[in-house]
Amino acid sequence: MQDTLSKEQAFEDKIARGQVIEPKDWMPERYRKQLIRMMSQHAHSEVVGMLPEGNWITRAPSLERKLVLLAKVQDEAGHGLYIYSATETLGADRKELIDQLLAGKAKYSSIFNYPTTNWADIGAIGWLVDGAAIVNQTALAKCSYGPYSRAMLRICKEENFHNKQGYQIMARMMRGTKQQQEMAQDAMNRWWWPALMMFGPSDKNSPNSEDLMRWKVKLYSNDDLRQRFIDRTVPQAEAIGLTIPDKELKWNDKTRHYEHGEINWEEFNAVISGNGPCNKQRMNQRIKAHEDGKWVRQAAEAYAAKHYN
Amino acid sequence: MQNNNDTQWMLWEVFTQEKPGAPFEHAGSLRAPDKELALLNARDVYSRRNEAINIWVVPADAITASTPDDEGPFFDPSNDKAYRHPNFYKTPAGIKQI
Ligand SMILES: [Fe+2]
Ligand SMILES: [Fe+2]
Repeated sequence: MQDTLSKEQAFEDKIARGQVIEPKDWMPERYRKQLIRMMSQHAHSEVVGMLPEGNWITRAPSLERKLVLLAKVQDEAGHGLYIYSATETLGADRKELIDQLLAGKAKYSSIFNYPTTNWADIGAIGWLVDGAAIVNQTALAKCSYGPYSRAMLRICKEENFHNKQGYQIMARMMRGTKQQQEMAQDAMNRWWWPALMMFGPSDKNSPNSEDLMRWKVKLYSNDDLRQRFIDRTVPQAEAIGLTIPDKELKWNDKTRHYEHGEINWEEFNAVISGNGPCNKQRMNQRIKAHEDGKWVRQAAEAYAAKHYN
Repeated sequence: MQNNNDTQWMLWEVFTQEKPGAPFEHAGSLRAPDKELALLNARDVYSRRNEAINIWVVPADAITASTPDDEGPFFDPSNDKAYRHPNFYKTPAGIKQI
């Protein structure tokens, strides 16, 4: 039997060699805990993320838009499932994770606590929110934990559809009437900053834990990923005539990156700690959906017990 | 319903075949109360974009797996059997193809 110290060394060496960690491999407790925390928050975000968009399925402006939105929301349910399953490979129990979410003890992405007030918001979400998710998830696809990385690869393929359908909604509105253009710009104004907040606190206030970087649980800093998102999104906005609601935004020819204004961290902290515009509504909807589905879960299980055992 | 025993259903592992003749590969897992629903859920979750032409679902607890701790001893028997590989054998000079 190896002692913990040499096991830990073997684990570190494995990761340094670029090898992937699989569920049954030995891993430090902190690695396991950190992954369970990150992955369950990610799974919760996929599930809660269905609510703001689900809100518009019945009011989509055409049958085609309705089909597309349904397909997208269904994908998000799948994403939740992939990531809950991957979390379970670490010994977490799905029921416990869901109970924590419903009890208000678990976090999910703060972006989903903003309201979807009109159809342009659906365009802005697909384009900006899923766009930010792609940047995050493409990085996570390279993480050291096999099941998480594989789930991310699968998800990234689907996110491209989410991103493009959102951008297409915005592009269409920008070619529409003056009123439609104003709606698109208004959605842009409301979603831009919350989308930037999706990458988490600035590096100044969230010193990256050396362990997590070395263990490849985290691969890039929050600010690096945010920068990547800004750099790829600004030209997309300009191409369809949308203005980024940031007066300080400018291209820096030396660094080859955009510089941006200060993010409102007070707002970020308020939303994270439960005081965003829709935190309560989202949680109540989630709890109701879970409770309403209970009899279905139980009936299906009773049927299975009768017919298969 | 009065029953307070909520359930998340049992865990299944899903294997998919991408095209005829291809091997089945592990696609992921899901929850379902029985095999029929497991198959339907597997189709909805792992083949929404023609990723599979065939699916196997297996109750997760029916799978027996090797453990990483046996990695050495368990797979050892194949280490000292170089004669199982074609490059163990030297071909006489002048022979182009065998
Ligand atoms: Fe997603
Ligand atoms: Fe998405």
